[in-house]
Amino acid sequence: MIEYLLSIFQDHTLRTVLLGSGILGITSGILGSFALLRKQSLLGDAISHSALPGIAIAFLITKSSSPIILLSGALIAGWISSICMMSIVRFTKIKYDGALGIILSVFFGLGLVMLSVVQKIPDSRQAGLNKFLFGQAATLLKEDITTMGILSGIALIITFVFWKEFKLLIFNPEFGDSIGLPMKKIDILLTCLIVVAIVVGLQTVGVVLMSAMLIAPASASRQWTNRLEIMIILAGFLGAMSSVTGTLISSKTSNMPTGPIIVLVSFLIFTLSLFFAPKRGIINKLFCTYKNNLKITQNILLTYIYHLCNSKDSVGLTELMKKNPCNSSKKLIKILKQMENSNLLQEHSDKWKLTLKGVKKVRKLQLEGDFYD
Amino acid sequence: MCKKALEVNALTTAYNNNPVLWDINVDVPEGIIMGIIGPNGAGKSTFIKSILGLVKPVAGSTKIYGKPYKSIRKKIAYVPQKESVDWDFPTTVLDVVMMGLYGNIGWIKRPGKKEKQLALDALEKLGMKEYCNRQINKLSGGQQQRTFLARALVQDADLYLMDEPFQGVDALTEKVIMNLIKDLKNKGKTIIAVHHNLETVLEYFDWIMMLNVKCIAIGPCKEVFTGENLAKTYSSSQAPYQSFVVKKDRSIYKSSILRGEKI
Repeated sequence: MIEYLLSIFQDHTLRTVLLGSGILGITSGILGSFALLRKQSLLGDAISHSALPGIAIAFLITKSSSPIILLSGALIAGWISSICMMSIVRFTKIKYDGALGIILSVFFGLGLVMLSVVQKIPDSRQAGLNKFLFGQAATLLKEDITTMGILSGIALIITFVFWKEFKLLIFNPEFGDSIGLPMKKIDILLTCLIVVAIVVGLQTVGVVLMSAMLIAPASASRQWTNRLEIMIILAGFLGAMSSVTGTLISSKTSNMPTGPIIVLVSFLIFTLSLFFAPKRGIINKLFCTYKNNLKITQNILLTYIYHLCNSKDSVGLTELMKKNPCNSSKKLIKILKQMENSNLLQEHSDKWKLTLKGVKKVRKLQLEGDFYD
Repeated sequence: MCKKALEVNALTTAYNNNPVLWDINVDVPEGIIMGIIGPNGAGKSTFIKSILGLVKPVAGSTKIYGKPYKSIRKKIAYVPQKESVDWDFPTTVLDVVMMGLYGNIGWIKRPGKKEKQLALDALEKLGMKEYCNRQINKLSGGQQQRTFLARALVQDADLYLMDEPFQGVDALTEKVIMNLIKDLKNKGKTIIAVHHNLETVLEYFDWIMMLNVKCIAIGPCKEVFTGENLAKTYSSSQAPYQSFVVKKDRSIYKSSILRGEKI
């Protein structure tokens, strides 16, 4: 294990690759959170698929495969696609999902056609545009990392500067407009940043699966917190974690595309968060429901026994069964035993009566009317 | 009282070729509480939004205290419908209230102690101070509405535009909100609120605007809140508003019912 870790730090190429995927994870986690909260998770999917023709056309025009040129192509194409989608929604009666589906498939189709055009040009193999489909972190070079780092840095600084404007845009844009903040411009700015975050990840994760990097870390971190600040920082962290882990796994296996592995890792994190997060987690919710229901049933039973004991000393099981709130006698006995264990009830030859503690509890319940406590 | 808080001239808006507001001409004096009533789709929210410049009018102009909206924006507070936002957004009550000050804070800067204190004061006026750190997804409908009102309150405006402030709130919250509105009026502010419950119109409002695409009537409740105007607004002669219209117009109301029966 230690040897393995050491080998990572000594391996120069691997370090570069990991740095790149870390940058990608942080950026997509943070900007993905905004997209998720705006209910625009799928916007990322459309933008990333639409980046493909941009990359191919940029290569066809310049015949250069330098990251700045290819990613600029991706940026422009992604941006055009998002403008197309917004215009379709705004000027026609087609709804958001329809516009998204149309733009995504048309741009991606065009991208695939352009890619095969590129393949026919001699010497194009070296350009390695195919890696943009599913991502190949192992091919990341220092030059790529610099481009990614600059783009991410700009995006994150802008996020910090426009923090409260973005928050207002997501929560209540009309109110933002009413207090004089130019919400339309801020909307365009945020969409541009999301495009940048996608472009940064294209080489590593690929156009097909990039949207998962926006959605999965953000949804996972939403499970853990109710504060926007924490959610966004956590999303960046979880994004970095999943992409670094995914990259490690894929670079240690030959010919393994990075994108799918990263997506699987982030899905794992998402699943864990879905189940085990406190408060919003599924397991906690089930547990709380069970605990509350048990408490309510107990309190109802206690009150019932209290009233019955007004006229007699103790209550038999058959009498309790008549008004049984538990639906089954087995469960009823189980709950009665539980209350006996917590000193609320006493049992004498299958007859039940309240202890002093039980009587006190019922009186308190009647005073406060709070059956949950 | 003679100063005009709101001046609307020939305001017309349309959505997909259908007019939503048609040639609205309205003058609202300063220091009153005005209700806007009308059936669904009458353009009540659109009217509020076009005053705020959120909806672009096809024609017409709006002036607030004699000036165009853009130059006097800080004097206006807007309370949107509480259904218009997603209350599962990860933030607290205090944070939402401080959003009312975002326009004054300036770029890059974050709200500080001063802003926090203003927000807490506003929450206190609405009996919400103890909920300041509560997650907004744990609020009841009435608490959501109070949060929105607190946010408008921190803006310290002169004209308050409220879109259905009593929608889905309980009787107690309605009273709290109404007291706040009357308090604002006593300080010389002007309040315009979209309203639905015809029974409380006379009790709550000084002025009423009756809207159904066109402005049917506007003026002091005692003059214009009549059976005849209501019948015109709701395009029905048999609406059940006999009990709460202005009394002197009972005769007019009865005649409109008779007309309805003949038809």
